[in-house]
Amino acid sequence: MKTTNDNGGDVRLTQIGKTYGSFTAVHPLDLTVPQGSFFALLGASGCGKTTTLRMIAGLEEPTQGTVHLGDQDVTHLPPYKRPVNTVFQSYALFPHLDIFENVAFGLRRRGIKSVKKQVEEMLDLVQLGEQARKKPHQLSGGQQQRVAVARALINHPKVLLLDEPLGALDLKLRRQMQLELKRIQTEVGITFIHVTHDQEEAMTMADTVAVMNAGRVEQLGSPTDLYENPKTTFVANFLGTSNLIEAEVDTRSGDEIVLKAGGCKLSLPQARCSAPATNGGKVLVGVRPEKISLTHADDAGEIPEGRNRVTGRIADSSFIGVSTQYVIDSPACPELEVYAQNIDRDARLVPGAEVVLHWNPAHTFGLDAAQDIDAGVETVEPDEGVAA
Amino acid sequence: MAFVNWLKRHLVVIAGLLTLGYLLLPNIVVTVFSFNKPKGRFNYQWQEFSTDAWKDPCGVADMCGSLSLSLQIALWATLGATALGTMISFALVRYRFRARGTINSLIFLPMAMPEVVMAASLLTLFLNMGAQLGFWTILIAHIMFCLSFVVVAVKARVMSMDPRLEQAAQDLYAGPFQTFFRVTLPIAAPGIAAGALLAFALSFDDFIITNFNAGSTVTFPMFVWGAAQRGTPVQINVIGTAMFIIAVLFVVAGMVISNRRTRQKA
Repeated sequence: MKTTNDNGGDVRLTQIGKTYGSFTAVHPLDLTVPQGSFFALLGASGCGKTTTLRMIAGLEEPTQGTVHLGDQDVTHLPPYKRPVNTVFQSYALFPHLDIFENVAFGLRRRGIKSVKKQVEEMLDLVQLGEQARKKPHQLSGGQQQRVAVARALINHPKVLLLDEPLGALDLKLRRQMQLELKRIQTEVGITFIHVTHDQEEAMTMADTVAVMNAGRVEQLGSPTDLYENPKTTFVANFLGTSNLIEAEVDTRSGDEIVLKAGGCKLSLPQARCSAPATNGGKVLVGVRPEKISLTHADDAGEIPEGRNRVTGRIADSSFIGVSTQYVIDSPACPELEVYAQNIDRDARLVPGAEVVLHWNPAHTFGLDAAQDIDAGVETVEPDEGVAA
Repeated sequence: MAFVNWLKRHLVVIAGLLTLGYLLLPNIVVTVFSFNKPKGRFNYQWQEFSTDAWKDPCGVADMCGSLSLSLQIALWATLGATALGTMISFALVRYRFRARGTINSLIFLPMAMPEVVMAASLLTLFLNMGAQLGFWTILIAHIMFCLSFVVVAVKARVMSMDPRLEQAAQDLYAGPFQTFFRVTLPIAAPGIAAGALLAFALSFDDFIITNFNAGSTVTFPMFVWGAAQRGTPVQINVIGTAMFIIAVLFVVAGMVISNRRTRQKA
């Protein structure tokens, strides 16, 4: 089942784009998915991720650009001639065929006569050997999902495309299937391209994530890279939560940019600023809520030197077990979020208390202030039915 | 009081049985009178029990000929209307083309229009074209009015079909023909079968449109109508009863098969 490790199996999209009339679903984009990787296309509904996937499958004709599988140009091949299989959203199992025949479908269409052994092996891989003679509607959602994966994988495709495969499952089952899919991918070594709107799902499963927004790839990288170094406000807000503070460039010294925001001085490493920083220009300073420490104003003297500091007042706090989430009203920014681990809780940190927020400057990132500061906020629909 | 309570509890069943009786009573009368031995030409009064008519169902001149003609027309009309209606349904549901809205409403016109109007206008059309009235004009007329019923039945089914099923088939190496015969057609089959049954029943017992466009050809409903003016042979009841029993057997067989299938799979 293992595919050989030559580099002939990369998926290469070159300037691929799709327009419907005057609506541009996908702006021309270049993307290379290395063979054997688990790649996720992440974005809110209507961002063009499913369209991109369908262009790889051949179910959508690109308006421009090319699709290569290894050295083969498949841009104009119909879906049934591409060595690619898809796990559809809501699975699209054939209701008139039993599980065995669903899984055998691809083999039979390619004229393979003795399918019994292969189908049984595949059903065992997804732990459905007992259910072979049932009809799809007699299975649970999770079982149907596994049939859909088996039906695609049995053909040993060069690439397996997954279109929101876990969207219809409840939360617990989804967690379980995430691990299951990851296990299967490691086992068979086939390239998986996974489309999802769930950032947690993408980060848990994928080696590389491409964040898409409005038909464009905003940023591409490993989950850690995307989370720690977002390059746009959309990525900063869509993946987890970010505090974005509007600041003005004060001085620059070597690798460090010093900024002013509401009377506070903030330091930002030059390498972590994706915006052109000119003296007097605006930059959005970002920091993740869990990187910030909270100290009561009375103890401000104990804060070590060299940390970024912002003063404020606790506007709200909510205790959620492992951590406490604070909302801080600060002259630098009206709503700063802070997640504090519940290790040693300071009883003085209640709404109304004056506090100092401080963090390591290395955890600060800088973004172009010309962008919409709220891009990507609250765009994650937990259980959308159909994505574009 | 106990009686009122009993009535309340069984009201639905009683209403159902009464409706069923209302529907079945004419059939029972037909069946009973197929065993009658009438005096004179009319079979409207019970005389005595006899199986003469059942032993010689084709004993009346021309009756079995008209029956066989009606069956043939019904068969061909069903085939023609089902094939055309299925294609129209797929076109209307799956494709966007210029005259789609117009066709969508025009296709239902034969269902809404009074039969007499349709019969007369068809006759005018055939006469203007100089067509010879007979088997072919009846067949054309039947296909025409059966078409809209087939479209209604099949369209409902096609609309509920997930187009992703066909995409999945294509994704799994099925070309356009294999996709159609392996996935599309089997899934649409119940709708197509319902349309076909409807078409057969409508064509077989149609009188008005057939009467206008038949020329000197006589179908079974026309024969019955004609016979009823001069006297009703018992054989008409025999054929009617036989048709009823065959239809009931088909329905029962279908239900038994589908019941067994679901029980096996569960």
